[in-house]
Amino acid sequence: MQATDEEIRLRKGLDENIVREISKIKNEPEWMLDFRLKAYKYFKDRPMPAWGPDLSGIDFNSLSYFVRETSKKTSRWEDLPENIRQIYDKLGIPEAEKKFLGGTEAMFESEVVYNRVKKELEDLGIIFCDTDTAVQKYPEIVKQYIGKVVSPNDNKFAALNSAVWSGGSFVFVPKGVKVPMPLQAYFRINTSEMGQFERTLIIAEEGADVEYIEGCSAVMYSKASLHAAVVEVIAKKNAHVKYTTLQNWSNNVYNLVTKRSFADENAYVEWVDANIGSKVNMKYPSVYLRGENARARILSIALANSGQIQDAGSKVVHMAPNTFSTITSKSIALNGGKANYRGLVRIMKGAEGSKSTVKCSTLLLDEKSTGDTYPYTENNEKNAVTTHEAFVGKINEDQLFYLMSRGLNEEEAINTIVLGFINEMVEDLPMEYALEFNRLIKINMEGAVA
Amino acid sequence: MAEIEVKDLTAKIGEKEILKGINLRIRTGEIHLLMGPNGSGKSTLANVMMGNPKYSIADGKIVFNGEDITNLPAYERAKRGLFLAFQNPIEIEGVNILHFLRTAYKAEKGEGKNVIEFAENIANELNLPREMLKRQLNVNFSGGERKKLELLQAILLDPKIAIFDEIDSGLDIDTLKTVINLLEKIKERTGILLITHSERTAEEVDSEEVHVILDGKIVEEGGKEIIKKIKEKGYASYR
Repeated sequence: MQATDEEIRLRKGLDENIVREISKIKNEPEWMLDFRLKAYKYFKDRPMPAWGPDLSGIDFNSLSYFVRETSKKTSRWEDLPENIRQIYDKLGIPEAEKKFLGGTEAMFESEVVYNRVKKELEDLGIIFCDTDTAVQKYPEIVKQYIGKVVSPNDNKFAALNSAVWSGGSFVFVPKGVKVPMPLQAYFRINTSEMGQFERTLIIAEEGADVEYIEGCSAVMYSKASLHAAVVEVIAKKNAHVKYTTLQNWSNNVYNLVTKRSFADENAYVEWVDANIGSKVNMKYPSVYLRGENARARILSIALANSGQIQDAGSKVVHMAPNTFSTITSKSIALNGGKANYRGLVRIMKGAEGSKSTVKCSTLLLDEKSTGDTYPYTENNEKNAVTTHEAFVGKINEDQLFYLMSRGLNEEEAINTIVLGFINEMVEDLPMEYALEFNRLIKINMEGAVA
Repeated sequence: MAEIEVKDLTAKIGEKEILKGINLRIRTGEIHLLMGPNGSGKSTLANVMMGNPKYSIADGKIVFNGEDITNLPAYERAKRGLFLAFQNPIEIEGVNILHFLRTAYKAEKGEGKNVIEFAENIANELNLPREMLKRQLNVNFSGGERKKLELLQAILLDPKIAIFDEIDSGLDIDTLKTVINLLEKIKERTGILLITHSERTAEEVDSEEVHVILDGKIVEEGGKEIIKKIKEKGYASYR
């Protein structure tokens, strides 16, 4: 890293020079610059996705691709500039860290400004740092895995991320090590017309176990920002990775994220993905079940309020015998919001004895709001089972009447039903996050009853 | 002393008239039995009294302690002390029972009571395992368990007027006895409309009056002799 305390704001827009400059600022090795430049070509060559929500509001030339607010990266909150520290204080991050986190990372604009891991975790050989640091300190590991789960040419936004990535988390858990407390990263966008492109890589070696939580927020601006992250998770034999997201971007952010994992023999990968914010959210956490007995569980929750499109779901590919997956998707649309489920389950030939269960339901709270389901199932193996249940509909009038007959007014009754509908999510979150999640849902529900 | 009066009540679902000029008056300390064959309008009357918006009121009114509540939403009726124990209590996924009971109690009565402790004591009395109160509202409950939970709410919320819509169906004989005893106890503070299919229940309850409903109209009212008549001849004699 440059030892300067100066702010850096690269000029808006994207070309090869911006890619080179980012790499230079970070003082990167040649191989990483090559990785970026190749990816930039893929990005240029690829058209915008021809499916899904309208992305024409993204102007690649109006975005800032690298913003450094402070070059200080610290493990002490008090070292951060006052204005930045206050933001995290308000969000309760330092408090959560004290209470129950094993490691914490805070990313501000393009870079991680705070990172700290409890000593007992470090002593176990657990690595949790930002990915820029990992490129400098653990180049061999990064080189081995980066772009292997999500190829730089996977899709236009994965290509973009690969070209201009900055920040994100690098987690390495050695063989047989169970991380005793969750690791958390918090992402913040404070600038208008910002592009945030964190790159996260989680490697759980054989028999390792780790829970990673991420939260995010942004200042609301009238002009669009873009958040295009790539997250790669590798769960080796017998490993367990649980990845939880509480996404609460402001409603001017396009959130186009590629999250994917490999699960080897007997490994278990969980994605718990809650999407409350953003203007357009496209996110389909994926698991490739590569080894026998590997399992996947994906819980995806979305709330689409006025002006929002939540296009969420998941993807699971069963590549080995006796692999299991459950996908649960619950979404809520209100005030004209749109909540789609988009999912893919593929069972490859030879994945005998595999089983996949998909349940997706969408609650539409008013006439203006919509939701579609696009489930895609492909079973190429006779001795494998897939099931799929879908529901799109309004709040059950009988449930509403039942609660109202017990003294709850319409708003309280609807809140109760909605919070019950997504209760599975709440049960999955650490207490502090569950409270925050419920609070965010309630704020969104305010005034929902005309 | 509380009182509910149903006056010349005519109610429709869509264009279909289901209740056709019902009159009823129930006061604290009284149990009124409402009997009638399937589809005669018993549950509709219960729902309309409680304010189910599925039904529209074409004529008549409902007066609660002198106040016209015909157009009040259900929660306003509940807050005034009206309660309905549903015939088929609905499952509500993800809603923890104890949390729900606390919310309902707070909405109707305000703060004060230790709702959880109180609810657990009632559960004991009803032979409903305490653990069940930690589950989701009615989710995967048997018919009998649902009825017990309705009764538990009736006791907890201590209404002025309570409607029990077939609280006795699907209960085993011992539970039925417990339920009838509890109704007698509730009656001391509450006026009760007890809808039942069972002549046996009707006979065992110390009732003020028996009302027979057929095709949306009250066709006979009187004492316990009516139960005997129904037992012997069914509802055919009213047609």
